[in-house]
Amino acid sequence: MRKGCSKLFCEDEHQFERWNHAVLTNLKAEFKRFKDVVVLSLMHPWERDARLLKKSLKKGHEQYNVIVEITCTRSSDQLLGARKAYHSLFDRSIEEDLASHIKGSERKLLVALVSAYRYEGPKVKEDNVRSEAKAFFNAIKNSDKRKVVEDDEVVRILTTRSKLHLKEVYEQYNKLSDKTIIEELEVDLLLKETVECLCTPQTYFTRVFGVALSGDANEDEKKALTRLVATQEGGEMKGVVAKFERRIEEKVKGAYKDVLVGVLAKDGK
Amino acid sequence: MATLTVPSAVPSVSEDCEQLKKAFSGWGTNEKLIIDILGHRNAEQRNLIRKTYAETYGEDLLKALDKELTSDFERLVLLWTLDPAERDALLANEATKRWTSSNQVLMEIACTRSANQLLHARQAYHARYKKSLEEDVAHHTTGDFRKLLLPLVSAYRYEGDEVNMTLAKTEAKLLHERISNKAYSDDDVIKVLGTRSKAQINATLNHYKNEYGNDIIEDLEADPKDEFLALVRSTVKCLVYPEKYFEEILRQAINKRGTDEGALTRVVSSRAEFDLKIIADEYQRRNSVPLTRAIVKDTHGDYEKMLLVLAGDDDA
Repeated sequence: MRKGCSKLFCEDEHQFERWNHAVLTNLKAEFKRFKDVVVLSLMHPWERDARLLKKSLKKGHEQYNVIVEITCTRSSDQLLGARKAYHSLFDRSIEEDLASHIKGSERKLLVALVSAYRYEGPKVKEDNVRSEAKAFFNAIKNSDKRKVVEDDEVVRILTTRSKLHLKEVYEQYNKLSDKTIIEELEVDLLLKETVECLCTPQTYFTRVFGVALSGDANEDEKKALTRLVATQEGGEMKGVVAKFERRIEEKVKGAYKDVLVGVLAKDGK
Repeated sequence: MATLTVPSAVPSVSEDCEQLKKAFSGWGTNEKLIIDILGHRNAEQRNLIRKTYAETYGEDLLKALDKELTSDFERLVLLWTLDPAERDALLANEATKRWTSSNQVLMEIACTRSANQLLHARQAYHARYKKSLEEDVAHHTTGDFRKLLLPLVSAYRYEGDEVNMTLAKTEAKLLHERISNKAYSDDDVIKVLGTRSKAQINATLNHYKNEYGNDIIEDLEADPKDEFLALVRSTVKCLVYPEKYFEEILRQAINKRGTDEGALTRVVSSRAEFDLKIIADEYQRRNSVPLTRAIVKDTHGDYEKMLLVLAGDDDA
Protein backbone atom coordinates (compact mmCIF):
# COMPACT_ATOMS: atom_id res chain seq x y z
CA MET A 1 0.00 0.00 0.00
CA ARG A 2 2.75 2.39 0.93
CA LYS A 3 4.52 1.70 -2.34
CA GLY A 4 1.49 2.92 -4.21
CA CYS A 5 1.23 6.26 -2.42
CA SER A 6 4.20 8.11 -3.70
CA LYS A 7 2.85 11.41 -2.49
CA LEU A 8 2.65 10.30 1.12
CA PHE A 9 5.62 8.00 1.31
CA CYS A 10 9.02 8.27 -0.25
CA GLU A 11 11.83 5.88 -0.81
CA ASP A 12 14.40 6.17 1.92
CA GLU A 13 18.09 5.30 1.44
CA HIS A 14 17.68 2.48 3.97
CA GLN A 15 15.09 0.77 1.77
CA PHE A 16 11.82 1.47 3.54
CA GLU A 17 8.98 3.78 2.62
CA ARG A 18 9.11 6.75 4.87
CA TRP A 19 6.31 9.16 5.64
CA ASN A 20 6.78 12.35 3.72
CA HIS A 21 7.66 14.73 6.53
CA ALA A 22 5.56 17.65 5.37
CA VAL A 23 2.52 15.42 4.94
CA LEU A 24 2.99 13.88 8.39
CA THR A 25 3.18 17.28 10.03
CA ASN A 26 0.00 18.32 8.29
CA LEU A 27 -1.83 15.16 9.29
CA LYS A 28 -0.85 15.62 12.93
CA ALA A 29 -2.10 19.19 12.90
CA GLU A 30 -5.39 18.16 11.30
CA PHE A 31 -5.98 15.35 13.79
CA LYS A 32 -5.08 17.62 16.68
CA ARG A 33 -7.60 20.16 15.46
CA PHE A 34 -10.18 17.41 15.29
CA LYS A 35 -9.30 16.24 18.79
CA ASP A 36 -9.42 19.78 20.12
CA VAL A 37 -12.85 20.54 18.77
CA VAL A 38 -14.25 17.27 20.11
CA VAL A 39 -12.75 17.67 23.58
CA LEU A 40 -13.79 21.28 23.79
CA SER A 41 -17.35 20.57 22.69
CA LEU A 42 -17.90 17.83 25.22
CA MET A 43 -16.45 19.59 28.24
CA HIS A 44 -18.73 21.45 30.65
CA PRO A 45 -18.64 25.10 29.53
CA TRP A 46 -17.40 26.27 32.93
CA GLU A 47 -14.46 23.88 32.95
CA ARG A 48 -13.78 24.69 29.35
CA ASP A 49 -13.56 28.41 29.98
CA ALA A 50 -11.48 27.97 33.14
CA ARG A 51 -8.96 25.82 31.26
CA LEU A 52 -8.89 28.22 28.31
CA LEU A 53 -8.22 31.13 30.63
CA LYS A 54 -5.42 29.27 32.39
CA LYS A 55 -3.84 28.32 29.09
CA SER A 56 -4.00 31.85 27.71
CA LEU A 57 -2.43 33.23 30.83
CA LYS A 58 0.45 30.77 30.54
CA LYS A 59 1.03 31.57 26.89
CA GLY A 60 1.43 35.24 27.60
CA HIS A 61 0.74 38.47 25.86
CA GLU A 62 -0.17 37.22 22.37
CA GLN A 63 -2.97 35.17 23.89
CA TYR A 64 -4.50 37.86 26.10
CA ASN A 65 -7.14 38.42 23.42
CA VAL A 66 -8.57 35.03 24.40
CA ILE A 67 -9.04 36.32 27.94
CA VAL A 68 -10.87 39.30 26.48
CA GLU A 69 -12.99 37.05 24.29
CA ILE A 70 -14.07 34.80 27.13
CA THR A 71 -14.70 37.48 29.73
CA CYS A 72 -16.63 39.66 27.31
CA THR A 73 -18.73 37.22 25.32
CA ARG A 74 -20.00 35.07 28.18
CA SER A 75 -23.12 35.93 30.14
CA SER A 76 -22.63 37.06 33.74
CA ASP A 77 -23.56 33.65 35.10
CA GLN A 78 -21.38 31.80 32.59
CA LEU A 79 -18.38 33.91 33.57
CA LEU A 80 -19.18 33.31 37.23
CA GLY A 81 -19.34 29.58 36.52
CA ALA A 82 -15.88 29.75 34.96
CA ARG A 83 -14.59 31.44 38.11
CA LYS A 84 -16.09 28.68 40.25
CA ALA A 85 -14.58 26.00 38.03
CA TYR A 86 -11.22 27.75 38.25
CA HIS A 87 -11.34 27.47 42.06
CA SER A 88 -12.00 23.73 41.77
CA LEU A 89 -9.42 23.04 39.11
CA PHE A 90 -6.54 25.20 40.24
CA ASP A 91 -7.09 26.01 43.95
CA ARG A 92 -6.73 29.69 43.22
CA SER A 93 -9.00 32.44 42.00
CA ILE A 94 -8.67 33.54 38.39
CA GLU A 95 -8.30 37.14 39.46
CA GLU A 96 -5.32 36.42 41.68
CA ASP A 97 -3.57 34.55 38.89
CA LEU A 98 -4.22 37.30 36.38
CA ALA A 99 -3.09 39.97 38.84
CA SER A 100 0.12 38.07 39.54
CA HIS A 101 1.15 37.29 36.00
CA ILE A 102 0.10 40.29 33.98
CA LYS A 103 1.96 43.54 34.24
CA GLY A 104 1.27 47.04 33.14
CA SER A 105 -1.86 48.83 32.12
CA GLU A 106 -3.39 45.68 30.69
CA ARG A 107 -3.46 44.10 34.16
CA LYS A 108 -6.07 46.55 35.37
CA LEU A 109 -8.25 45.97 32.35
CA LEU A 110 -8.06 42.18 32.33
CA VAL A 111 -8.47 41.68 36.09
CA ALA A 112 -11.49 43.97 36.10
CA LEU A 113 -12.98 42.21 33.07
CA VAL A 114 -12.76 38.83 34.75
CA SER A 115 -14.24 40.18 38.01
CA ALA A 116 -17.32 41.77 36.48
CA TYR A 117 -20.79 40.49 37.34
CA ARG A 118 -22.73 42.70 34.99
CA TYR A 119 -26.37 43.65 35.31
CA GLU A 120 -28.23 42.03 32.42
CA GLY A 121 -31.60 43.73 32.51
CA PRO A 122 -33.11 46.32 30.21
CA LYS A 123 -32.68 49.42 32.36
CA VAL A 124 -30.18 51.99 31.12
CA LYS A 125 -29.59 55.46 32.54
CA GLU A 126 -29.44 57.95 29.69
CA ASP A 127 -27.51 60.61 31.61
CA ASN A 128 -24.70 58.17 32.26
CA VAL A 129 -24.67 57.05 28.61
CA ARG A 130 -24.14 60.61 27.48
CA SER A 131 -21.45 61.49 30.00
CA GLU A 132 -19.64 58.23 29.39
CA ALA A 133 -19.60 58.62 25.63
CA LYS A 134 -18.05 61.99 26.32
CA ALA A 135 -15.45 60.34 28.59
CA PHE A 136 -14.47 58.07 25.70
CA PHE A 137 -14.32 61.03 23.39
CA ASN A 138 -11.96 62.89 25.71
CA ALA A 139 -9.75 59.87 26.28
CA ILE A 140 -9.43 59.29 22.56
CA LYS A 141 -8.77 62.93 21.89
CA ASN A 142 -5.87 62.83 24.39
CA SER A 143 -4.51 59.51 23.21
CA ASP A 144 -1.31 61.12 21.98
CA LYS A 145 -0.51 62.11 25.57
CA ARG A 146 -1.82 58.99 27.26
CA LYS A 147 -2.84 55.58 25.94
CA VAL A 148 -6.60 55.09 26.03
CA VAL A 149 -6.22 51.83 27.95
CA GLU A 150 -4.60 53.82 30.78
CA ASP A 151 -7.57 56.11 31.14
CA ASP A 152 -9.26 55.14 34.42
CA GLU A 153 -12.68 56.26 33.29
CA VAL A 154 -12.58 54.22 30.08
CA VAL A 155 -11.56 51.11 32.02
CA ARG A 156 -14.23 51.77 34.66
CA ILE A 157 -16.94 52.10 32.04
CA LEU A 158 -15.91 49.04 30.04
CA THR A 159 -15.44 46.79 33.06
CA THR A 160 -18.52 47.65 35.13
CA ARG A 161 -21.39 48.79 32.90
CA SER A 162 -23.98 46.43 31.45
CA LYS A 163 -23.58 45.34 27.83
CA LEU A 164 -26.77 47.12 26.87
CA HIS A 165 -25.47 50.32 28.42
CA LEU A 166 -22.16 49.91 26.56
CA LYS A 167 -23.90 49.40 23.24
CA GLU A 168 -25.72 52.67 23.80
CA VAL A 169 -22.49 54.43 24.74
CA TYR A 170 -21.03 53.10 21.48
CA GLU A 171 -23.99 54.50 19.53
CA GLN A 172 -23.86 57.80 21.37
CA TYR A 173 -20.15 58.16 20.55
CA ASN A 174 -21.02 58.02 16.87
CA LYS A 175 -22.97 61.24 17.36
CA LEU A 176 -19.88 62.91 18.76
CA SER A 177 -17.40 61.78 16.15
CA ASP A 178 -17.40 60.63 12.52
CA LYS A 179 -15.24 57.66 13.43
CA THR A 180 -16.49 54.81 15.61
CA ILE A 181 -14.73 53.93 18.86
CA ILE A 182 -13.40 50.77 17.24
CA GLU A 183 -11.96 52.71 14.34
CA GLU A 184 -10.20 55.05 16.77
CA LEU A 185 -8.63 52.20 18.72
CA GLU A 186 -6.59 50.63 15.92
CA VAL A 187 -3.40 51.02 17.98
CA ASP A 188 -4.76 49.72 21.29
CA LEU A 189 -5.46 46.20 20.07
CA LEU A 190 -6.56 44.62 23.33
CA LEU A 191 -8.82 47.54 24.15
CA LYS A 192 -10.24 47.44 20.64
CA GLU A 193 -11.14 43.78 21.02
CA THR A 194 -12.71 44.51 24.39
CA VAL A 195 -14.97 47.11 22.84
CA GLU A 196 -15.77 44.83 19.91
CA CYS A 197 -16.72 41.86 22.06
CA LEU A 198 -18.84 43.97 24.38
CA CYS A 199 -20.49 46.37 21.96
CA THR A 200 -20.43 44.76 18.52
CA PRO A 201 -19.76 41.04 19.01
CA GLN A 202 -20.82 40.26 15.46
CA THR A 203 -17.90 42.24 14.02
CA TYR A 204 -15.55 40.33 16.33
CA PHE A 205 -16.84 36.93 15.25
CA THR A 206 -16.85 37.93 11.59
CA ARG A 207 -13.28 39.09 11.80
CA VAL A 208 -12.05 35.94 13.55
CA PHE A 209 -13.86 33.65 11.12
CA GLY A 210 -12.61 35.62 8.15
CA VAL A 211 -8.99 35.52 9.22
CA ALA A 212 -9.10 31.84 10.19
CA LEU A 213 -10.56 30.81 6.86
CA SER A 214 -8.33 32.95 4.70
CA GLY A 215 -5.44 31.40 2.86
CA ASP A 216 -2.60 32.46 5.13
CA ALA A 217 -3.97 31.99 8.64
CA ASN A 218 -1.45 30.96 11.30
CA GLU A 219 -2.01 28.28 13.95
CA ASP A 220 -3.40 30.64 16.57
CA GLU A 221 -5.82 32.16 14.10
CA LYS A 222 -7.10 28.74 13.07
CA LYS A 223 -7.39 27.73 16.72
CA ALA A 224 -9.56 30.78 17.28
CA LEU A 225 -12.10 29.33 14.87
CA THR A 226 -12.19 26.02 16.73
CA ARG A 227 -12.59 27.82 20.00
CA LEU A 228 -15.40 30.05 18.82
CA VAL A 229 -17.29 27.19 17.27
CA ALA A 230 -16.98 25.03 20.34
CA THR A 231 -17.68 27.69 22.93
CA GLN A 232 -20.19 30.13 21.54
CA GLU A 233 -23.75 28.99 21.71
CA GLY A 234 -25.76 30.21 18.74
CA GLY A 235 -27.04 33.62 19.74
CA GLU A 236 -24.70 36.27 18.46
CA MET A 237 -22.90 33.83 16.19
CA LYS A 238 -25.87 32.68 14.14
CA GLY A 239 -25.77 35.34 11.46
CA VAL A 240 -22.01 35.20 11.23
CA VAL A 241 -21.85 31.46 10.70
CA ALA A 242 -24.40 31.57 7.91
CA LYS A 243 -22.12 34.00 6.06
CA PHE A 244 -19.20 31.61 6.26
CA GLU A 245 -20.95 28.33 5.56
CA ARG A 246 -19.72 28.19 2.01
CA ARG A 247 -16.15 29.01 2.92
CA ILE A 248 -16.16 26.31 5.57
CA GLU A 249 -17.38 23.91 2.89
CA GLU A 250 -14.55 24.93 0.63
CA LYS A 251 -11.62 25.38 2.95
CA VAL A 252 -12.02 22.92 5.77
CA LYS A 253 -11.47 19.24 5.19
CA GLY A 254 -11.97 15.79 6.59
CA ALA A 255 -13.06 14.74 10.04
CA TYR A 256 -12.43 18.19 11.45
CA LYS A 257 -14.87 19.70 8.98
CA ASP A 258 -17.53 17.12 9.82
CA VAL A 259 -17.28 17.96 13.49
CA LEU A 260 -17.33 21.69 12.79
CA VAL A 261 -20.41 21.44 10.63
CA GLY A 262 -22.00 19.09 13.16
CA VAL A 263 -21.37 21.40 16.08
CA LEU A 264 -22.66 24.39 14.16
CA ALA A 265 -25.77 22.49 13.11
CA LYS A 266 -26.42 21.36 16.69
CA ASP A 267 -26.48 24.94 17.88
CA GLY A 268 -29.43 25.43 15.58
CA LYS A 269 -27.90 28.01 13.33
CA MET B 1 -21.54 31.39 65.92
CA ALA B 2 -24.98 32.92 65.75
CA THR B 3 -26.80 34.53 68.63
CA LEU B 4 -30.19 34.14 66.96
CA THR B 5 -32.42 31.67 68.78
CA VAL B 6 -35.32 29.93 67.11
CA PRO B 7 -37.86 28.00 69.23
CA SER B 8 -37.74 24.23 68.76
CA ALA B 9 -41.48 24.19 68.08
CA VAL B 10 -41.97 26.93 65.52
CA PRO B 11 -45.55 28.01 64.81
CA SER B 12 -46.75 27.52 61.26
CA VAL B 13 -46.10 30.28 58.78
CA SER B 14 -49.78 31.16 58.53
CA GLU B 15 -49.98 31.44 62.31
CA ASP B 16 -46.99 33.78 62.31
CA CYS B 17 -48.60 35.89 59.60
CA GLU B 18 -51.88 36.00 61.46
CA GLN B 19 -50.17 37.11 64.65
CA LEU B 20 -48.22 39.78 62.81
CA LYS B 21 -51.39 41.06 61.19
CA LYS B 22 -52.94 41.21 64.66
CA ALA B 23 -49.93 43.13 65.91
CA PHE B 24 -50.62 45.84 63.34
CA SER B 25 -54.37 46.09 63.80
CA GLY B 26 -56.35 48.25 66.09
CA TRP B 27 -54.99 51.10 68.11
CA GLY B 28 -51.23 51.27 68.23
CA THR B 29 -48.90 48.40 67.49
CA ASN B 30 -48.04 45.33 69.49
CA GLU B 31 -44.28 45.71 69.30
CA LYS B 32 -43.63 42.83 71.71
CA LEU B 33 -45.41 40.42 69.38
CA ILE B 34 -43.36 41.63 66.44
CA ILE B 35 -40.13 41.20 68.38
CA ASP B 36 -41.17 37.77 69.68
CA ILE B 37 -41.95 36.47 66.21
CA LEU B 38 -39.47 38.08 63.84
CA GLY B 39 -36.69 38.16 66.41
CA HIS B 40 -36.79 34.38 66.64
CA ARG B 41 -36.94 33.33 62.99
CA ASN B 42 -34.05 32.51 60.67
CA ALA B 43 -33.67 33.91 57.14
CA GLU B 44 -35.51 31.07 55.44
CA GLN B 45 -38.42 31.38 57.85
CA ARG B 46 -38.55 35.15 57.51
CA ASN B 47 -38.59 34.88 53.71
CA LEU B 48 -41.46 32.42 53.91
CA ILE B 49 -43.36 34.71 56.26
CA ARG B 50 -42.93 37.63 53.88
CA LYS B 51 -44.09 35.59 50.94
CA THR B 52 -47.11 34.16 52.77
CA TYR B 53 -48.04 37.52 54.29
CA ALA B 54 -48.10 39.10 50.83
CA GLU B 55 -50.20 36.25 49.43
CA THR B 56 -52.64 36.30 52.36
CA TYR B 57 -53.07 40.02 52.92
CA GLY B 58 -52.02 41.47 49.59
CA GLU B 59 -49.43 43.69 51.22
CA ASP B 60 -45.65 43.60 51.55
CA LEU B 61 -44.81 42.87 55.19
CA LEU B 62 -41.96 45.36 55.02
CA LYS B 63 -44.36 48.11 53.92
CA ALA B 64 -46.66 47.26 56.80
CA LEU B 65 -43.75 47.42 59.25
CA ASP B 66 -42.69 50.73 57.73
CA LYS B 67 -46.15 52.15 58.34
CA GLU B 68 -46.47 50.93 61.90
CA LEU B 69 -42.99 51.38 63.34
CA THR B 70 -40.72 54.36 63.73
CA SER B 71 -37.18 55.45 64.28
CA ASP B 72 -34.33 53.17 65.39
CA PHE B 73 -36.63 50.26 66.23
CA GLU B 74 -38.15 50.38 62.74
CA ARG B 75 -34.76 50.45 61.02
CA LEU B 76 -33.57 47.48 63.07
CA VAL B 77 -36.68 45.41 62.37
CA LEU B 78 -36.65 46.26 58.66
CA LEU B 79 -32.97 45.46 58.23
CA TRP B 80 -33.34 42.26 60.24
CA THR B 81 -36.39 41.02 58.36
CA LEU B 82 -34.62 41.20 55.00
CA ASP B 83 -32.60 38.14 54.11
CA PRO B 84 -28.82 38.54 54.30
CA ALA B 85 -28.32 39.09 50.57
CA GLU B 86 -30.96 41.82 50.30
CA ARG B 87 -29.76 43.40 53.52
CA ASP B 88 -26.21 43.59 52.19
CA ALA B 89 -27.46 45.00 48.88
CA LEU B 90 -29.45 47.67 50.70
CA LEU B 91 -26.57 48.63 52.99
CA ALA B 92 -24.18 48.73 50.04
CA ASN B 93 -26.52 50.85 47.97
CA GLU B 94 -26.94 53.35 50.80
CA ALA B 95 -23.16 53.46 51.13
CA THR B 96 -22.81 54.66 47.53
CA LYS B 97 -25.33 57.47 47.85
CA ARG B 98 -24.16 60.98 48.48
CA TRP B 99 -25.68 61.70 51.89
CA THR B 100 -25.17 58.25 53.34
CA SER B 101 -21.93 57.39 51.59
CA SER B 102 -19.54 55.17 53.45
CA ASN B 103 -16.42 53.58 52.09
CA GLN B 104 -16.17 51.72 55.36
CA VAL B 105 -19.52 49.96 55.00
CA LEU B 106 -18.69 48.94 51.42
CA MET B 107 -15.40 47.48 52.58
CA GLU B 108 -17.07 45.81 55.56
CA ILE B 109 -19.60 44.03 53.39
CA ALA B 110 -17.05 43.04 50.76
CA CYS B 111 -14.54 41.66 53.25
CA THR B 112 -16.47 40.08 56.11
CA ARG B 113 -18.88 38.09 53.96
CA SER B 114 -17.94 34.74 52.47
CA ALA B 115 -17.34 34.59 48.72
CA ASN B 116 -20.81 33.17 48.13
CA GLN B 117 -22.51 35.61 50.48
CA LEU B 118 -20.91 38.50 48.60
CA LEU B 119 -22.02 36.93 45.36
CA HIS B 120 -25.62 36.63 46.58
CA ALA B 121 -25.49 40.25 47.64
CA ARG B 122 -24.39 41.18 44.12
CA GLN B 123 -27.26 39.17 42.66
CA ALA B 124 -29.74 40.80 45.03
CA TYR B 125 -28.31 44.17 43.99
CA HIS B 126 -29.09 43.46 40.33
CA ALA B 127 -32.65 42.50 41.18
CA ARG B 128 -33.31 45.41 43.50
CA TYR B 129 -31.50 48.30 41.86
CA LYS B 130 -31.34 47.27 38.19
CA LYS B 131 -27.60 47.77 38.01
CA SER B 132 -24.52 46.10 39.32
CA LEU B 133 -22.89 46.83 42.67
CA GLU B 134 -19.53 47.32 41.02
CA GLU B 135 -20.80 49.93 38.58
CA ASP B 136 -22.23 51.97 41.45
CA VAL B 137 -19.08 51.63 43.53
CA ALA B 138 -16.94 52.55 40.52
CA HIS B 139 -19.11 55.50 39.63
CA HIS B 140 -19.39 56.94 43.13
CA THR B 141 -15.87 56.52 44.45
CA THR B 142 -12.68 58.07 43.17
CA GLY B 143 -8.92 57.83 43.36
CA ASP B 144 -7.32 55.45 45.84
CA PHE B 145 -10.67 54.59 47.42
CA ARG B 146 -12.02 53.34 44.13
CA LYS B 147 -8.76 51.54 43.43
CA LEU B 148 -9.19 49.55 46.63
CA LEU B 149 -12.97 49.18 46.88
CA LEU B 150 -13.68 48.03 43.34
CA PRO B 151 -11.55 44.87 43.51
CA LEU B 152 -12.88 44.22 47.03
CA VAL B 153 -16.53 44.20 45.96
CA SER B 154 -15.77 42.30 42.74
CA ALA B 155 -13.73 39.54 44.30
CA TYR B 156 -14.76 35.92 44.25
CA ARG B 157 -12.05 34.58 46.47
CA TYR B 158 -10.84 31.01 46.60
CA GLU B 159 -12.09 29.65 49.92
CA GLY B 160 -10.04 26.53 50.39
CA ASP B 161 -7.26 25.97 52.92
CA GLU B 162 -4.54 25.61 50.27
CA VAL B 163 -1.80 28.03 51.11
CA ASN B 164 1.45 28.71 49.28
CA MET B 165 4.13 29.45 51.89
CA THR B 166 6.68 30.67 49.37
CA LEU B 167 4.15 33.14 48.07
CA ALA B 168 3.35 34.19 51.64
CA LYS B 169 7.02 35.02 52.18
CA THR B 170 7.28 36.94 48.91
CA GLU B 171 4.14 38.92 49.55
CA ALA B 172 5.01 39.67 53.17
CA LYS B 173 8.26 41.17 51.91
CA LEU B 174 6.44 43.09 49.20
CA LEU B 175 3.91 44.51 51.66
CA HIS B 176 6.66 45.48 54.07
CA GLU B 177 8.53 47.36 51.34
CA ARG B 178 5.45 49.20 50.14
CA ILE B 179 4.36 50.11 53.64
CA SER B 180 7.81 51.37 54.53
CA ASN B 181 7.59 53.65 51.50
CA LYS B 182 4.07 54.70 52.48
CA ALA B 183 2.87 53.36 49.12
CA TYR B 184 -0.40 52.16 50.61
CA SER B 185 -2.34 52.23 47.35
CA ASP B 186 0.34 50.53 45.34
CA ASP B 187 -0.89 47.99 42.76
CA ASP B 188 0.78 45.15 44.64
CA VAL B 189 -0.88 46.01 47.95
CA ILE B 190 -4.24 46.14 46.19
CA LYS B 191 -3.47 42.85 44.49
CA VAL B 192 -2.85 41.06 47.80
CA LEU B 193 -5.83 42.53 49.62
CA GLY B 194 -8.16 42.37 46.65
CA THR B 195 -7.54 38.94 45.18
CA ARG B 196 -5.83 36.53 47.58
CA SER B 197 -7.82 34.02 49.59
CA LYS B 198 -8.33 34.80 53.26
CA ALA B 199 -6.22 31.78 54.22
CA GLN B 200 -3.39 33.01 52.02
CA ILE B 201 -3.56 36.54 53.43
CA ASN B 202 -3.53 35.09 56.94
CA ALA B 203 -0.38 33.11 56.15
CA THR B 204 1.24 36.19 54.64
CA LEU B 205 0.48 38.31 57.69
CA ASN B 206 1.75 35.65 60.08
CA HIS B 207 4.96 35.57 58.13
CA TYR B 208 5.06 39.37 58.19
CA LYS B 209 4.94 39.36 61.96
CA ASN B 210 7.56 36.62 62.29
CA GLU B 211 9.91 38.31 59.89
CA TYR B 212 9.52 41.99 60.77
CA GLY B 213 8.50 41.87 64.42
CA ASN B 214 5.41 44.01 64.12
CA ASP B 215 1.83 43.12 63.39
CA ILE B 216 1.06 44.66 60.01
CA ILE B 217 -1.72 46.69 61.69
CA GLU B 218 0.86 48.47 63.83
CA ASP B 219 2.82 49.40 60.72
CA LEU B 220 -0.33 50.79 59.16
CA GLU B 221 -0.82 53.41 61.85
CA ALA B 222 1.72 55.93 60.62
CA ASP B 223 -0.67 58.79 60.00
CA PRO B 224 -3.85 58.92 62.10
CA LYS B 225 -5.39 61.50 59.78
CA ASP B 226 -4.94 59.48 56.61
CA GLU B 227 -8.42 58.20 55.80
CA PHE B 228 -7.23 55.88 53.09
CA LEU B 229 -4.72 54.32 55.45
CA ALA B 230 -7.51 53.82 58.00
CA LEU B 231 -9.52 52.01 55.33
CA VAL B 232 -6.58 49.77 54.48
CA ARG B 233 -6.19 48.94 58.18
CA SER B 234 -9.86 48.06 58.52
CA THR B 235 -9.67 46.00 55.34
CA VAL B 236 -6.91 43.86 56.82
CA LYS B 237 -8.88 43.39 60.04
CA CYS B 238 -12.05 42.43 58.21
CA LEU B 239 -10.23 39.88 56.12
CA VAL B 240 -8.33 38.08 58.88
CA TYR B 241 -10.06 38.78 62.19
CA PRO B 242 -13.51 40.22 61.56
CA GLU B 243 -14.64 39.71 65.16
CA LYS B 244 -12.01 42.21 66.30
CA TYR B 245 -13.15 44.67 63.66
CA PHE B 246 -16.80 44.34 64.68
CA GLU B 247 -15.92 44.57 68.38
CA GLU B 248 -14.21 47.88 67.69
CA ILE B 249 -17.19 49.17 65.71
CA LEU B 250 -19.58 48.20 68.52
CA ARG B 251 -17.32 49.65 71.17
CA GLN B 252 -17.12 52.97 69.34
CA ALA B 253 -20.86 52.95 68.68
CA ILE B 254 -21.77 52.34 72.30
CA ASN B 255 -19.09 54.20 74.20
CA LYS B 256 -19.19 57.51 72.46
CA ARG B 257 -21.35 60.25 73.89
CA GLY B 258 -24.78 59.32 72.72
CA THR B 259 -24.88 56.17 70.66
CA ASP B 260 -24.22 55.52 67.02
CA GLU B 261 -27.44 53.65 66.43
CA GLY B 262 -26.67 53.30 62.72
CA ALA B 263 -23.57 51.24 63.38
CA LEU B 264 -25.11 49.30 66.26
CA THR B 265 -28.15 48.39 64.20
CA ARG B 266 -26.04 47.44 61.20
CA VAL B 267 -23.69 45.16 63.10
CA VAL B 268 -26.32 43.42 65.21
CA SER B 269 -28.78 42.86 62.36
CA SER B 270 -26.13 41.66 59.92
CA ARG B 271 -24.19 39.39 62.29
CA ALA B 272 -26.90 37.92 64.57
CA GLU B 273 -27.36 34.93 62.30
CA PHE B 274 -23.63 34.46 61.69
CA ASP B 275 -20.96 35.31 64.25
CA LEU B 276 -22.42 37.75 66.77
CA LYS B 277 -21.63 35.27 69.55
CA ILE B 278 -17.93 35.37 68.72
CA ILE B 279 -18.07 39.14 68.46
CA ALA B 280 -19.87 39.36 71.81
CA ASP B 281 -17.23 37.15 73.41
CA GLU B 282 -14.54 39.42 72.03
CA TYR B 283 -16.47 42.42 73.35
CA GLN B 284 -16.61 40.94 76.83
CA ARG B 285 -12.95 40.01 76.72
CA ARG B 286 -11.96 43.50 75.71
CA ASN B 287 -14.37 45.58 77.81
CA SER B 288 -14.95 43.29 80.83
CA VAL B 289 -18.66 43.77 80.37
CA PRO B 290 -21.11 41.61 78.41
CA LEU B 291 -22.33 43.15 75.19
CA THR B 292 -25.94 42.75 76.31
CA ARG B 293 -25.27 44.75 79.47
CA ALA B 294 -23.69 47.56 77.44
CA ILE B 295 -26.72 47.55 75.14
CA VAL B 296 -29.08 47.81 78.12
CA LYS B 297 -27.11 50.72 79.52
CA ASP B 298 -27.01 52.61 76.27
CA THR B 299 -30.38 52.04 74.62
CA HIS B 300 -34.00 51.82 75.69
CA GLY B 301 -37.51 50.84 74.70
CA ASP B 302 -38.39 48.50 71.89
CA TYR B 303 -35.11 49.21 70.12
CA GLU B 304 -33.25 47.89 73.16
CA LYS B 305 -35.54 44.86 73.43
CA MET B 306 -35.06 43.87 69.79
CA LEU B 307 -31.29 44.30 70.02
CA LEU B 308 -31.19 42.05 73.07
CA VAL B 309 -33.33 39.36 71.45
CA LEU B 310 -31.08 39.33 68.41
CA ALA B 311 -28.02 39.25 70.65
CA GLY B 312 -29.36 36.08 72.21
CA ASP B 313 -30.66 37.48 75.45
CA ASP B 314 -33.66 35.26 76.00
CA ASP B 315 -35.09 37.16 78.93
CA ALA B 316 -35.89 40.18 76.82
